[in-house]
Amino acid sequence: MQSIYERPKTFIDTATHFCPGCGHGIVLRLIAEIIDAWGIRGKTIGLAPVGCAVLAYNYLDIDMCEAAHGRPPAVATGIKRVHPDHIVFAYQGDGDLAAIGTAEIIHAANRGENITFIFVNNAIYGMTNGQMAPTTLLGQKTATTPSGRDAINYGNPIRVCELLSVLDGTSYLERVCLSTPENVRKTKKAIEKGFKTQREKKGFSLIEILSPCPIYWRMDANEAMRYIDEEMSGTFPLGVVKDWERKN
Amino acid sequence: MMKQLLTGNEAAAEAAIVAGCRFYYGYPITPQNELINYMSIRMPQVGGTFIQAESEIAAISMVHGSAAAGGRAMTSSSSPGISLKQEGISYLAGSELPCVIVNIQRGGPGLGDISASQADYFQAVKGGGHGDYHTIVLAPSSVQEMADLVYDAFDLADKYRNPVMILGDAQIGQLMEPVEFYKKPKKNISPKNWALTGAEGRKRNIVKSFYPVKGQLEEFNAYLQKKYKTIEEHEVRYEAVNIHKADVVLVAYGTSARICKEVVRKSRRLEFKVGLVRPITLWPFPKEIIRKISERVQCILTVEMSAGQMVEDVRLAVEGRCPVHFYGRTGGGVPTSSEVIKKIVEVVPNSRAANTLLQLAEVK
Ligand SMILES: Cc1ncc(C[n+]2csc(CCOP(=O)(O)OP(=O)(O)O)c2C)c(N)n1
Repeated sequence: MQSIYERPKTFIDTATHFCPGCGHGIVLRLIAEIIDAWGIRGKTIGLAPVGCAVLAYNYLDIDMCEAAHGRPPAVATGIKRVHPDHIVFAYQGDGDLAAIGTAEIIHAANRGENITFIFVNNAIYGMTNGQMAPTTLLGQKTATTPSGRDAINYGNPIRVCELLSVLDGTSYLERVCLSTPENVRKTKKAIEKGFKTQREKKGFSLIEILSPCPIYWRMDANEAMRYIDEEMSGTFPLGVVKDWERKN
Repeated sequence: MMKQLLTGNEAAAEAAIVAGCRFYYGYPITPQNELINYMSIRMPQVGGTFIQAESEIAAISMVHGSAAAGGRAMTSSSSPGISLKQEGISYLAGSELPCVIVNIQRGGPGLGDISASQADYFQAVKGGGHGDYHTIVLAPSSVQEMADLVYDAFDLADKYRNPVMILGDAQIGQLMEPVEFYKKPKKNISPKNWALTGAEGRKRNIVKSFYPVKGQLEEFNAYLQKKYKTIEEHEVRYEAVNIHKADVVLVAYGTSARICKEVVRKSRRLEFKVGLVRPITLWPFPKEIIRKISERVQCILTVEMSAGQMVEDVRLAVEGRCPVHFYGRTGGGVPTSSEVIKKIVEVVPNSRAANTLLQLAEVK
């Protein structure tokens, strides 16, 4: 019998700590598939931040480093300077990358660090039980926006790809999502493109992935996927925001 | 090799390069700017990395990355910047990563001023960031010693997989003295087989400080404490000047120790003798020698450019065996030798001693 689909070798065979319906497991698996396909286990170093992704190193069979909350872009910079020919990627949530770590991501992007950032945007703080994130949608209820986020008191959702796109140091920025199998395939392509950007030394790449958090969105898994398509992608339009291979 | 006339800040930078440091990340702050400026010129010349980071937090985090990847990495700053670096220092200690951090102290609290101070002692030796940890703290009192201690700092960092801090102050950082870079770094202390280099042909390495499973963190902390105990047993360093015949012993480090040395020198020709213990490692603290001295001197006087921080460690070492006095200046004030002598006169009860001591002030 021919097997056509199996667990990637780089994806460790263990139960994960993620909640049912969470997007993190899908993204980590995609990364593992790419590492297998490219045969780069020995030349890849990953960054696990603070947030639900904190235990990412439990699932990926590669060298990995933890970073303090928000600091993965700086820690990744330090790693990349030692191993300029390795694939270095940081795996960050929205609180990590767009709140406490805003300075670090902007300056890594501005330096054009040849690193790939995988930005899991679930519009909420998962690990600390569902508080508002910088990416929380207007009207979205969270533990700290109990009557829904309003712009006057809480500001507006931050569109990270668009924000970074004005910096000359960024080479590839794309927003994708996990709402359907087709979108999952697009997400994989985008991550591959990020790694390719790095392998060809083209500079800073970031893939923003709209990812479900059914538990803290107070929805079931199907509703959460619909929410991504019907609500989230309205605030965060899908598509390529910047691409060094495309002539504008 | 020829002697060069350099500031302490520049000497620290050059010594780091001699020691094999190739990854430097910094952020400007007075009075350590000569260090970051020097690195921006020299690092590219030796094929190393220099980044002016967006903040002290980013700089120490870059050090975190390079150390995790197996490189010799360093950052430097001054007091308010070191406060920001404490997050990273705690993570480095928790991840058992070697690195060197230079703190050229200035006056505080807050923005304070830019002149010399020793008011970051507590922060440096008691942990500074969150959690049960120690950084090894080395305190130079001359430009030459700055260079020498930087080599040792890198070696100690690698040996114990622990952050090491050089605790200087604005005087030591900006003072110009002749310095020679004669020391060769010790190489290959132990292979960094824990470092992140890509998992080619081996099991993966993980550099982390997170122990979420019940009991794991306590076990890790017990292991860390054992390591700190080993460091305390093997790495204590101090300089003792004229302590054998001393009636009073001064305890001071860095710039204050230079002033106290003058007092000791002046007392040599008199019958009343003053000695000095100059801690070179502030952590681990040279408590054994201070304990021994406390058994036979009239009293101990600790001199600091702070409101009294190291004096607490001196008292702990003395455990009431003799009186421990303190003289300090704060907020950029530097004690003079005559102020120290006046303080000795004040705290030494015997009047004959006081008479000879008063002559001290006149000795040139
Ligand atoms: C300095 C610091 N502040 C706060 C926290 C607590 N904390 C842990 S995870 C987290 C939010 C993470 O949210 P996000 O990055 O969006 O990731 P998610 O958990 O949603 O995947 C916070 C605030 C921390 N660990 N460190």
